[in-house]
Amino acid sequence: MTEGAAALDDLERDALTELVNIGVSRAAAALRKMIGEPVLLSVPAIEILDRQAAASLIGEREADQLVAVHQNFSGAFSGRAMLIFPQASSLDLVRAVAGSALSADELADFEEEALAETGNVILNRCIGTMANMLHRSLALSLPEILRGDGTLLFGFDSPAGDDGLVLFLYINFFVSNKNIRGYIAMLLDLQSLAALRLLVADFIASVFAGDALEPAGPPADVHG
Amino acid sequence: MPKTVLIVDDSKLARIVAAKTVSALQPEWARVEAPNAAEALKILGTTTIDVALIDFNMPGRDGLELAGDIRASFPQMPIALITANVQDEVVARARALNAGFVSKPVTREGLAGFLAGAALALGVHGS
Repeated sequence: MTEGAAALDDLERDALTELVNIGVSRAAAALRKMIGEPVLLSVPAIEILDRQAAASLIGEREADQLVAVHQNFSGAFSGRAMLIFPQASSLDLVRAVAGSALSADELADFEEEALAETGNVILNRCIGTMANMLHRSLALSLPEILRGDGTLLFGFDSPAGDDGLVLFLYINFFVSNKNIRGYIAMLLDLQSLAALRLLVADFIASVFAGDALEPAGPPADVHG
Repeated sequence: MPKTVLIVDDSKLARIVAAKTVSALQPEWARVEAPNAAEALKILGTTTIDVALIDFNMPGRDGLELAGDIRASFPQMPIALITANVQDEVVARARALNAGFVSKPVTREGLAGFLAGAALALGVHGS
């Protein structure tokens, strides 16, 4: 839906999807450790759209109020990473992380802190993995919790004069045994997309050159 | 005798990484690629495949389902599941299918053990 410099070609989209996939897969493994139940993932979706459309994409599937843990990342490219749940899943998640030892009152008191900490682990794992693969470091802000509908979650610092287009990456996750589900999502403004695109191009070039096969270090033996 | 490795991943870039890694470790082996489980099964119906490397998280049937299908028809084929999703259940399901587990992103170091085992199982000695 967008033309021009910011649009991604097929291989760039493929590479970015794969980076997200690897990041989210590691994040799911971290979540699985925290709650002791298997976490199922969808395949990642990547769209370039305006914030309102991004909000609708999540909002129209969710009748309930949403809860999001969000952290802003900044560095070579900037944006916002979010762990989003329907309200009902949020308490179930806290229960799963905290165990059954807590009373209902304690649980309510503990909810924000547990959500923030869980979000922090998941989002750090995801963003950290992607940053490492792109050989850049990204700073992550402290987790904050937002409650509301999709519009509220995605309406952050909408710049004036911008056409409001964002790169929206998201993946669904489910914890079937605990009836927990939600989304891991990332939003980047188009300026950041241009920067990310350059890094993705480097990443693709390194794959073709074979550098991506080896961690940093001396070249491996050439004999077969 | 050269062997043929089937690489299944919905990401073209991931297939390139896997193919280059295989070729670094076993330069004489042929490589065939498929972007999903359905294509992989088609290839298996028409081509002799000796080893399969399968991504886990793919649209359509996932890598574990595909590994199960392949295992049913090819009880001896060396199969590895390739994923960054190191959840216990995923690893356990791969083990139950007698499939190896290789972490993404694929590196020479990460794939070497599995391919060496596969070469042994196939009666190939190191080149």
